[in-house]
Amino acid sequence: MSALYLLIGASLLVALGFLGGFLWAVRKGQYEDDYTPSVRMLFDDTPAQEKEPKTNK
Amino acid sequence: MRTDPWATAGTTTVPKCYHCGEDCMQELVRYDDHEFCCNGCKAVYDLLKTSDLCTYYEMGEAPGKSPVKEADAEKFAYLDHESVYRRIVRFDEGSEVHVVFYLPAVHCSSCIWLLEHLQTLHKGILHASVNFLRREVTIVFNKELISLPEVAALLTAIGYEPLIHLDSLEKPEKKKSYRKILQIGIAGFCFGNSMMLSFPEYFSDGQVTREYLGYLFGYLNLGLALPVFFYSASGFFVSAWKSIRHRHLNIDAPIALAILVTFLRSVYEIISHTGAGYIDSMTGIVFFMLIGRYFQDKTYATLSFERDYRSYFPVGVTVRKKNGKTESVPVSALRKGDRMIVRSNEIIPADSQLVSTATHVDYSFITGESVPVRKAEGDLIYAGGRQLEGAVELEVVQPVSQSYLTRLWNKGRKSENGESYVDAINLWFTVIVLNIAVGSSVYWLVNDGSKALDALTAVLIVACPCGLLLTSTFANGNILRVLGRNRFYLRDAQAIDKLAKTDTLVFDKTGTITRGAKVEFVGNPMTHHERQLIASLAGQSSHPLSRMIHAHLSDGNDLPLSEFREFPGKGIRALAGESQLLLGSAEFITGKPVSGTDVSSKVFLMIDNRPLGYFRFANAYREGLGGLVKELKSTHVLKVLSGDNDAERSSLEQLFGSDTHLMFNRLPEEKREYVGQLQDKGHNVAMIGDGLNDAGALLQSDMGISVSDDTNTFSPACDAILDGKSFTLLPKFIRMAKSGKKIIVATFILSLIYNLTGLFFAVQGTLSPVVAAILMPASSISIVVLTTVATRLTALRLKL
Repeated sequence: MSALYLLIGASLLVALGFLGGFLWAVRKGQYEDDYTPSVRMLFDDTPAQEKEPKTNK
Repeated sequence: MRTDPWATAGTTTVPKCYHCGEDCMQELVRYDDHEFCCNGCKAVYDLLKTSDLCTYYEMGEAPGKSPVKEADAEKFAYLDHESVYRRIVRFDEGSEVHVVFYLPAVHCSSCIWLLEHLQTLHKGILHASVNFLRREVTIVFNKELISLPEVAALLTAIGYEPLIHLDSLEKPEKKKSYRKILQIGIAGFCFGNSMMLSFPEYFSDGQVTREYLGYLFGYLNLGLALPVFFYSASGFFVSAWKSIRHRHLNIDAPIALAILVTFLRSVYEIISHTGAGYIDSMTGIVFFMLIGRYFQDKTYATLSFERDYRSYFPVGVTVRKKNGKTESVPVSALRKGDRMIVRSNEIIPADSQLVSTATHVDYSFITGESVPVRKAEGDLIYAGGRQLEGAVELEVVQPVSQSYLTRLWNKGRKSENGESYVDAINLWFTVIVLNIAVGSSVYWLVNDGSKALDALTAVLIVACPCGLLLTSTFANGNILRVLGRNRFYLRDAQAIDKLAKTDTLVFDKTGTITRGAKVEFVGNPMTHHERQLIASLAGQSSHPLSRMIHAHLSDGNDLPLSEFREFPGKGIRALAGESQLLLGSAEFITGKPVSGTDVSSKVFLMIDNRPLGYFRFANAYREGLGGLVKELKSTHVLKVLSGDNDAERSSLEQLFGSDTHLMFNRLPEEKREYVGQLQDKGHNVAMIGDGLNDAGALLQSDMGISVSDDTNTFSPACDAILDGKSFTLLPKFIRMAKSGKKIIVATFILSLIYNLTGLFFAVQGTLSPVVAAILMPASSISIVVLTTVATRLTALRLKL
C-alpha cells in the first residue's frame, strides 16, 4: 500500500510543477499579448542582415 | 528622380502608390522604377531601401502607411519636458530608456515587421517590440545616441505617428494585473485535482478511502479548496458584500452564500470524518463561473469608451517666446497671453485670438457645422477646432482648463443604470430558494432533527444560481463578439440590455447620418475642358474647399497652368494659356463686397471675366440611410437633432418622412436637455452622435452610440462605438440584442431543471457528493454549449 502513498506524492509533485509553470508564464507576460508572437514567428530573417548588421556609418 | 505632377496626362488609369497603395491623384513621384503618391511615401521607401528593409514590400501589396505629416523632432520637443518625460518613460537608467508609444496606424503584419526592425533604421534604437492588439510599440533606445523626440519623429517619418494624449499622461500607470488569469488557472488546477481525489470515494462508496488511506484524500481535497475559496472566489465575496451594504441584491450574493455554505459543510464533514465533502463541486462551480466572467469581459484594448476632452487635445504645442524663439511646451502649461503656433490640420488647444491674417477652422466635431468657418485677424477662436491652412499664430485668451469646450464637457451626467432583468430573475430565484431551504429544515426539525442541518445546507448548495450566471455571461460574451466582428463595439455586457430596451433613437446629423461633404455646382453646365481647367486650378491650392472641388472635378488629368497665385482668405488665380481662371469668394470674383447669409460656404468661379456660377457644399448621406430609417421606424421613434442650419430640411424630410421630428441649430447644451426631456416622458433614449457637440447628449442618454469612421481616432465618452461602415446594420444589432434576452431566459429555464433535480435530493436530506458532482459539470457544460449555439444561430439568421 505504501506504493500508493508514493504515487500520490509523485502525482501531486507533477501537478504542482505544472502549476508553477503556469504561474511563471503568467508573470512573464505570456498572457499579455496572444496575437503578435503568432505573426512574429513567421517573419524570415533576411540573410543579408545577419551577415553584415548595420553598424555605425 | 523627377517630381512631375502632370506626367499622367493622356493616360486613363491612375497609378497606385508603391508604398501605401493609394491612387496617385494629387501628385505622382517616380523614383527607382516605382510610383509614389507623395514625397512622404517616397521618403519612407528611400529610408527603408538604404537600410535594406525592402523585404517589407514583398510582404503585402503596398503595405505602407502614407506619412501624413512631416517628421519634425521639434514637434515632439515637449516630450523632453520633465513632467511629460517622466510620465511616458517606463524605465530610464544609465543610457538605456524604455518607452511605450501608442501607434494608431498599426494595421497589418507588415507593420509589425517594419516596427520591429526599427533598430536597423537608427543605431540608437536597441530593441522594438509590438503589441498588435493594443497597437503599442515598446522601444528600448540609447539616450546618448537618440533623444525621445527623435524617436517619435522617426516613427512619424515611417508613417506611424505616435498618439500621445493628455489623459493618458495624467492617469497613473495601471499596474499590470494578471489576477483574473491567475484566479482561473488556480481554480482549474484545484478543480481537476480534487475531482481526481474524489473519484475513488464515489466509485467505492467510501470503502477504499476509509479502509486503506485513512482520510488522506479528504485532507488533500481540503488543501486544494483553500486557495480556491480564499483567492479565486474572492471576487464573488467582495461583490456580494458590496451589494448587501447597498441593499441591492446582485447575483453574486446568493452565489457567495452557496460557495460559503458548501465550503463550511465540506470542512466540517472532512474534519469530523463524517463524509467526503463537496470540494470538487465547489471548485468546479468557481472555475466555470470565472471563465464565464472572463469570456463576458472581453475588452477592446484599442478602444476607449471613457475618453474625456483631454484626450482630444494634443499634448504639446509650439509657443513663440517674447524674444522670437520658439519652444515646445505641454498644453497644460499654456498661460493667458502666450503666442502659440498651430500648424495645418492641428487642433487648436485653447480659446485664443488669431494673430495671423486669416485661416479656416473646421468645427464639425465641436458644433456639427459641416463647412469650415473662415476666421480673420483678431477673431476669437474656440478651442477644439481644426486649423486648416498653413501655420498660424494665436494668442491664448483662456487656459485649457477654462476653455469653452472644457466647460461643455463637464456638464451632463451618466444616467443611473436601470435594473437589469437578470437581477430581477435572480431576486425571485433567491427568495424562492431561501423559502425552500427554511421550509425543508423546519420540516426536518419537526420530524427528524438530525437531518435538518443537512437539508438546509444541501438546498443552499444546489440552489446556487450559477446556471443563471453562466447563461448570461456566455450569451453576453457571444453577442459582444458577434457585434464586435461587425464593427459595433459595446462598452460592456450591460450595454446589450440597454440597447434592447431603447424605444427612441435620436440621430445627430453631421458626421452621423452624413458622411463628409459633397460638392454641387450651381450655374451653367461646364464643358469638359472647363472642368479640367478648374480642377487643375483647385488642385494647386491646399485650401480645404479647393481640395474638395479638385476631388470632385478632377479626372486625373490635370492641365498645366501658369502664374498661379493664392490670395489667403479670398481665392486663387492662374492663367491657362491666354485665359484667366478665378476661383474664390463672391467678393473676390466680383470685386464688390457682398453681404447676405450663406456666402461663406459658396465658392464662385470665373473664366475670362465670365462668371460661370458657384460651388455649393452639401452633405452626403450615408449609403443605405433610407433603408435603415424604414426598418427602424417600425420599432422605434426617430428624431433628428442637428447643430447645423436647416438647409437640408427638405431632403431630410424626404428621408425620414414628415412624422419624424427634425430640429436644427441646436447647441450642445440644448441637445443634452432635449434627451433629458424625452427621458422624463418615460422614453428609453439611444443617442447616436459623433462629435463633441453630442458629448453631453451621449452621456445623458440611456444608450450613447458614437459613430466613427476611424475607430482609432477620438470619440466622446459613450456606451458603444459604431464604425461608420456598419452604420446600416444598426437595426440588426438592435434585434440581436433583443434576442439575447430570449436566449438567456430560455437557457435559464433549462438550468432550472438541474436545480430542481438537485433540490429533489436536497430537501430529503440525501444529497450525496456524487449527485452534486454529476449535476454541476453536466449543467455547466450544457448551458455553455446551448447559449453559444443559440447566439451563433441567431447571428447567422440575422446575417451578422
